[in-house]
Amino acid sequence: MSLLEVNNLRICYGDTAVVDDVSFVVRRSESVGLVGESGCGKSQTALALLGLLPRDASVSGSIRFDGAEIANTSQRQLDEIRATRISIVFQDPMQALNPYLRIGQQLRQILLQHNLARGTDADEKVIAMLARVGLPDPKQQFHAYPHQLSGGMRQRAMIASALIARPDLLIADEPTTALDVTVQAQILELLEELRDDTALLLITHDLGIVAGRCERLLVFEAGKLVESGPTGAMFAAPASDSMKRLLKFAPRIDRGAILPPAEGKTVLSVEGASVSYRDASHRELRAVLDVTLSLRQAETLAIVGESGSGKTSLVRALLGLIPMHAGRVVYAGQLLEGAVQTRAAAQRRDLQLVFQDPVSALNPQMRVQSIVSEPLRVHAGEQTAQVRLARVVAILKKVGLNESFLHRFPHQLSGGQAQRVAIARSLILEPKILICDEAVAALDGSARDQVLELLRAVQRESGLSIIFISHDLAVVRSISHRVAVLYLGRLLEVADTALLFSEPRHPYTRALLDASPVPDPLVPTHAAPIKGEVPSLLSPPSGCVFHPRCKFADGVCSDKRPLLREIAGVRVACHHAEVLLKHP
Amino acid sequence: MKWSAGLLLFVLLLAIVGPWISPYAFQDTNFDAILRAPGFVEAHYFGTDEFGRDLFVRTLLGIRITLLVAVVASLVSLIIGVSYGAIAGYVGGRVDAVMMRIVDTLYALPFIFLVILLMVAFERNFLLIFVAIGAINWLDMARIVRGQTLSLREREFVDAARLTGVSTARIIFRHIAPNLLGIVIVYVTLTIPQAILVESFLSFLGLGVQEPQTSLGSLVNGGVKQMEAAPWMLLIPATLLAAMLMCFNFLGDALRDFFDARHSQ
Repeated sequence: MSLLEVNNLRICYGDTAVVDDVSFVVRRSESVGLVGESGCGKSQTALALLGLLPRDASVSGSIRFDGAEIANTSQRQLDEIRATRISIVFQDPMQALNPYLRIGQQLRQILLQHNLARGTDADEKVIAMLARVGLPDPKQQFHAYPHQLSGGMRQRAMIASALIARPDLLIADEPTTALDVTVQAQILELLEELRDDTALLLITHDLGIVAGRCERLLVFEAGKLVESGPTGAMFAAPASDSMKRLLKFAPRIDRGAILPPAEGKTVLSVEGASVSYRDASHRELRAVLDVTLSLRQAETLAIVGESGSGKTSLVRALLGLIPMHAGRVVYAGQLLEGAVQTRAAAQRRDLQLVFQDPVSALNPQMRVQSIVSEPLRVHAGEQTAQVRLARVVAILKKVGLNESFLHRFPHQLSGGQAQRVAIARSLILEPKILICDEAVAALDGSARDQVLELLRAVQRESGLSIIFISHDLAVVRSISHRVAVLYLGRLLEVADTALLFSEPRHPYTRALLDASPVPDPLVPTHAAPIKGEVPSLLSPPSGCVFHPRCKFADGVCSDKRPLLREIAGVRVACHHAEVLLKHP
Repeated sequence: MKWSAGLLLFVLLLAIVGPWISPYAFQDTNFDAILRAPGFVEAHYFGTDEFGRDLFVRTLLGIRITLLVAVVASLVSLIIGVSYGAIAGYVGGRVDAVMMRIVDTLYALPFIFLVILLMVAFERNFLLIFVAIGAINWLDMARIVRGQTLSLREREFVDAARLTGVSTARIIFRHIAPNLLGIVIVYVTLTIPQAILVESFLSFLGLGVQEPQTSLGSLVNGGVKQMEAAPWMLLIPATLLAAMLMCFNFLGDALRDFFDARHSQ
């Protein structure tokens, strides 16, 4: 018998339906993946199941849970169902946990509310649950506030609170999107391990996450359920265009063409760069330490790393947006130094940046035309308005936007269009080096693919050199010639893309590769490759910064900082690189 | 919002053309028609005061003066407050710290008391009212604008402008200022009633506009003295004052909602 039965579900805001005529079932103890691009109505559906939609949403159709109708039911009935029968894990645990209550109190509240335990018995149950989700020292963490936990630990606490009342159905709405890839692997493994016979509805935009984990899939597009079926069959023979598109645009770390190394001369070199910050209590944070890199003509160099790796700090310092503490940057034989305002106009023109979030990178009060033409005003003042307009139209055409976009405001653009406007602004001065800071991280499949293709095309035509910052190895594989791996501000490995993906030398690179989900149910999912999370920059580990999480670490690793050295064509900072190369 | 804006426009129009409708001038006394009740007889629509002056004309004049004081004072606070706040917020660091401590110090002074002292020390000068009210209001405006600028400065489009080499002045006026517009407009509509209140308060104390000129505040003041003999002298200007204050407040709230909605989209 099915646990959850949704029939003709329709969710409207005013006259617009965000979910329309959706019907599906979830059986007891099965795991179902719900996939779709952003804005397809998947989260709205999840909220409707729990009766958590805002007041101005109107829900019609039927949601039967364990035989009882719960769509448009009373608040009281919902209270009885939530937590004990259906519970949810949200994307951002910092938003979902109450910042003013201790972790233990928040979990105990659930037990007390539903009369599942009282007094010390409740405390013990909570501590046991925290231990099960892998919080170290659960007795202490019982008294911790959410902000005192790391992102991964917070999500573990959130899962503990979702599972403590042993619900029949667990909804996980993008549970790992806000987390680093190595932590994502741990959390997904934990969800699988702990749910026992709890049914799981896993909502995600990432096919790699559902591929090896869910028995069945539901594919949403524009508020409609377009395809459903067993995972294996849907990957092997997708029936709907949506699923075909999702599969086509899901980047893979295990296949696809890799660009050969670029042969051009070096255009930019960074030597011994260090960047430091001071936090609110004036403690020094070394965001980047002693990084040496070079970039060739017409080359794409990817900089890869998890949060706190210093990849953004490095390029911001290089561009002169923040001060560089030590080291030097040489561009075209000249030293790049000082804040961006004090640099020569030609240097500013030749180095351009594309930001992660196109919405915040475009001034909301300016039209596309003024946004894209502004660099021209600054750098080529003598041009007439017509000449400028012609150049704007030409560059927009190049990024795939026609003249009708000239008079739009940023909020009238989709994410992909906005990013293309931002790229047009960066390219209009014909820079020599383009730095893309997570430029495709906020984009869905097809939009991401178009932007990547655009970058490749511009590089082919004009010999543009690109520094491509990303946390996503699958994307990096498809665009870069060379990859640099950063961890806690230190450079751990630099290798040609083909070598890095086939023979990763550094244990951290290996872990990153193993943790990256593959959108293919036939590829076995790895067990979470490394434990723990990225340590705080305030107290970086001694010796090799990666040693506390490394399974090959020994005494040398905690004592001595490994220097970057060249082994068989790859620069790597690991004491045991030779040994690991022979014994994979 | 439509009602508030409509009513305000109507009152404004009346204050501008009204005096031509009436056969009386605001300063003309007529001791044969003292404390007449409102009515259409002899065209004393709002009655007369203890000197036989026509209250309809005087009320309209009062509205003119009150609105003038409010608008000019708000403009003063707008110009000083926005430039001060935007500069402090964008430049940041020590400049910001010093500029904002000055604001804090000024906040600590009892302004009404100072204004009263000024009025007593110097002649009762009409200009002084503008200065006094503007000087109180720009402090809040500066704080609000600075806070907004601080958060706008961190936005990536400002970085993008810096990277292309846009000058600091152009960043402030072309990139930051337009994004402040929403909150500034809203705040101005909320400072206007504040300015009206302060002006009325000063006039009520006898420190504001001087006879035979008048404002809504002085009319209320005059009305209080004749409250028992001629209640309309109090009721009419007081009701108008309250209605205008409410309209401005509603308008401000509506504008705030409007800009909030646009930002959240």
